[in-house]
Amino acid sequence: MEFAAIALAVILYGIFSHDSSDRVVLLPEPDGKVGKVVVKAAGGERLLDQPYAAADVSGRGAIAARSADAAEVRNRYGSTLAAQPRRPASYTVYFVSGSDELTSESKPVLEQVKQEAAGRPAAEVTAIGHTDRVGRLEDNDALSKMRAEVVRGALQEAGIPAAQIESAGRGEREPMVATADEVAEPKNRRVEINIR
Amino acid sequence: MRKHIYIALLALGFAGATLADSTEAGTVKTAKGTVTVERAGQKIAAAPGVKVYAADRVLTGADGTVGITLRDNTLLSAGPNSTLALDKFAFDSTTHAGTIDATLKRGTLSVVSGKIAKASPDAVTFRTPTTTLGVRGTEFVIEAADRGE
Repeated sequence: MEFAAIALAVILYGIFSHDSSDRVVLLPEPDGKVGKVVVKAAGGERLLDQPYAAADVSGRGAIAARSADAAEVRNRYGSTLAAQPRRPASYTVYFVSGSDELTSESKPVLEQVKQEAAGRPAAEVTAIGHTDRVGRLEDNDALSKMRAEVVRGALQEAGIPAAQIESAGRGEREPMVATADEVAEPKNRRVEINIR
Repeated sequence: MRKHIYIALLALGFAGATLADSTEAGTVKTAKGTVTVERAGQKIAAAPGVKVYAADRVLTGADGTVGITLRDNTLLSAGPNSTLALDKFAFDSTTHAGTIDATLKRGTLSVVSGKIAKASPDAVTFRTPTTTLGVRGTEFVIEAADRGE
């Protein structure tokens, strides 16, 4: 009897408080910042911009705003969040002037990149090469590609399939530090690497 | 002769449309339990490394969860008993312009928005049967009630 009452209560709770509505919860980012989401339904529009701000939307589109908390998110969405892919990682490696040789500081960074990529399930990598403005535009296009190819080679050596690596050179067109033409700038002689 | 050119152009147009529909959108990175990718009526078992294309649907069973990284670094993960339709995806890796339009038909979905939302916030939309979300960034969870399809 008591069991039946509890079962009924659970079912009613399910019907009226949760399973009949769609919901959205805004989460804080790992660094504590929080974004913004605009929730629109037949019954209007709500902006969520506080950590754990939530909106429950009924089947008819009525929006009820409320505050959720970390415990509710853990209980309700724990397995969903646990399935999240690893966050993408970015690295920059630097090169000796006019060459595709890594600076001595960047050699260990490339080793780190190889480890990071090899440790991820189904890793995909982009490597975009750049140069400073010393030399001719066309030569720098070629040099930036060679630099990206050095990173590609290292990644393939680490076991990343060629098809999972996208490499390109942008020459001197996208400097990290803007300079006049023919100025040597170590920060611009680089390959930007994204691992996802 | 002119007619033939028109027909050829028309055929090219269709080929273009087909290519656009099969844009590679992302890659499965995590998969547990029963997870299926549906593409043009075909069912593919999802495992890390399986590609996901625009217009695909991703389904998880009662024991299933899946994590997908889209090409713009958007992270998606779905909990058990979920159906996610990736209605549209486009991304230019140079300009970071693009579109994401996805519908959670049932279940739960976590989202960490990526480069498209950063470059053009109005280009990223997530939906449930009752709700449309405009994403200005960055992390949130969505739940769509089980209406028993």
